[in-house]
Amino acid sequence: YGLKRGISNMIAKLAKTCTLRISPDKLNFILCDKLANGGVSMWCELEQENFFSEFQMEGVSAENNEIYLELTSENLSRALKTAQNARALKIKLTNKHFPCLTVSVELSSMSNSSRIATHDIPIKVIPRKLWKELQEPMVPDPDVSIYLPVLKTMKSVVEKMKNISSHLVIEANLDGELNLKIETELVCVTTHFKDLGNPPLASESTSQDRNPEHMAEVHIDIRKLLQFLAGQQVNPTKALCNIVTNKMVHFDLLHEDVSLQYFIPALS
Amino acid sequence: MKCLVTGGNVKGECGSAWRRRCNTLGTASLTPSALLPAVLGKAVHSLSRIGDELYLEPLEDGLSLRTVNSSRSAYACFLFAPLFFQHYQAATPGQDLLRCKILMKSFLSVFRSLAMLEKTVEKCCIALNGQSSRLVVQLHCKFGVRKTHNLSFQDCESLQAVFDPASCPHMLRAPARVLGEAVLPFPPSLAEVTLGIGRGRRVILRSYHEEEADSTVKAMVTEVCLGEEDFQQLQAQEGAAITFCLKEFRGLLSFAESANLNLSIHFDAPGRPAIFTIKDSLLDGDFVLATLSETDSYSQDLGSLERHRPVPQLQAHSTPHPDDFANDDIDSYMIAMETTIGNEGSRVLPSISLSPGPQPPQSPGPASEEEDEAEPSTVPGTPPPKKFRSLFFGSILAPVGSPHGPSPVLAEDSEGEG
Repeated sequence: YGLKRGISNMIAKLAKTCTLRISPDKLNFILCDKLANGGVSMWCELEQENFFSEFQMEGVSAENNEIYLELTSENLSRALKTAQNARALKIKLTNKHFPCLTVSVELSSMSNSSRIATHDIPIKVIPRKLWKELQEPMVPDPDVSIYLPVLKTMKSVVEKMKNISSHLVIEANLDGELNLKIETELVCVTTHFKDLGNPPLASESTSQDRNPEHMAEVHIDIRKLLQFLAGQQVNPTKALCNIVTNKMVHFDLLHEDVSLQYFIPALS
Repeated sequence: MKCLVTGGNVKGECGSAWRRRCNTLGTASLTPSALLPAVLGKAVHSLSRIGDELYLEPLEDGLSLRTVNSSRSAYACFLFAPLFFQHYQAATPGQDLLRCKILMKSFLSVFRSLAMLEKTVEKCCIALNGQSSRLVVQLHCKFGVRKTHNLSFQDCESLQAVFDPASCPHMLRAPARVLGEAVLPFPPSLAEVTLGIGRGRRVILRSYHEEEADSTVKAMVTEVCLGEEDFQQLQAQEGAAITFCLKEFRGLLSFAESANLNLSIHFDAPGRPAIFTIKDSLLDGDFVLATLSETDSYSQDLGSLERHRPVPQLQAHSTPHPDDFANDDIDSYMIAMETTIGNEGSRVLPSISLSPGPQPPQSPGPASEEEDEAEPSTVPGTPPPKKFRSLFFGSILAPVGSPHGPSPVLAEDSEGEG
């Protein structure tokens, strides 16, 4: 359950309220790019069989075998925190005076007595007509795709930069170089990361035309970047950054069995 | 008054004499190596969760530290037996017993760092200096460092609450550790919790949220269910339930956990105060907390473990206002103290003039031998008078079990339920 709790902690840091999509083989935590989120969107996916020994669900109908729920992420992470040293964990959708996600934890205890903690997390069921807004975001062809440096390092750099400027430029090239730049009237600060490595790009033609040293850059809100980095407590198995010049930056992470994608739009 | 607390790990003669004494007394829970200044400090931390003023009273029974919260819905008291101290002198011969009231903040500042108390303080000396009106707390630390705190205090009357655990029909007792683990799933910010007995004599703790009519965001409900076997004693009917302030309870709980003691909870019907006690050969702790009334329908549901929508008027009861005394029983207890005429030693409590309150008193008219119905004679809207007068109970009234704690036990007559 440690990983699940880690995920819910991460989600709780990234989004106050998010949508949980339950389908027969996957669970998704979704934040769609509404104005309220400042244009940021998130898509987190995990395979249910990696986490649950028993999984049963029934969606709205056979063709739409999915359930979309809106909940406060912190509730879920707090509920799962209880499960840290649990014997068993059960999650159910219930209706106890209001619809909720009931997380039932059988706690381990010294004696043989059974101790059960139950958390009823209030949820809002999202009607089918709104589902289309909550689909997996299209990942546009990036100009540059690069592996990220150690996220903790990035976070401490960005944290300091936040005190100087409210927006920053993230730029990278196909030569494994990534820069974080801030600029004010009085001062310019740039942090250079080198030798990061680039994954092979999907479309060959783009990469051939492009000068490997040429930077693709995006101007973004520094707080959004910081919020994303703050959610990463553990270093991911794989971390990728895709930049579409002047449009957005897309972070693609893999934490063991969980994939997380985070999109930050460019400042207009 | 002068008393001296020694850290159990003090080397040399006084340390070993102390250890010998502890061993003969068989203090299993407070081991000789327990650092007593730190224990005192932890008690002060606990009390600081309740009130802003600390009433310090040296008694023959020991040193009592008491406090009450501003809305007078919570009272807490620690009594340190004379054996807790290496040297305890309640009063200089020929002098009256001094009592004082000091700002909790000031006293807490002396004991703020528990780590420091545990590691560096070898002796702690507390003395009440009547002439200079100062409470002197001296910490003798390692390397010859001595810290002296001179705290100003106010004379005051004794703060005493009237409560009798024996009169409560329901009680449960468990190691503090078990209760500590049980409250872990609840968010730290949760204000109130409901404790009840469910089907199969399972003990249930559930987060309590006041229902807000127009709130669209519902709060998460957390419930913890413990089996009877987790408790050393469980004497309660199924369906019995009370709702009290979790934050205040945590104060006593953390102390009890650190001292590895058992915690007893005595309670009655909803609305009647709940009494939380810890007991040891060296100290006693009593926390008396008000409980919400009107949880009747809730306790019926408890058996089926279903969430209950609380009665809307609960809003009024949950945070007792100073002038809302009618349903807040704990407050009645406090007022009982307050309005007595100061004839100390008198066996008869004078009748208290009753102001027309929202709820007429239920007990028969002021019987001279009985505890009075405590409607305060304050004008609604004014804050309650802070001054507490002393009630010298001595041997009034009735069935007192073994006198326990600083305030002799009084059988409180039933005030009836609204």
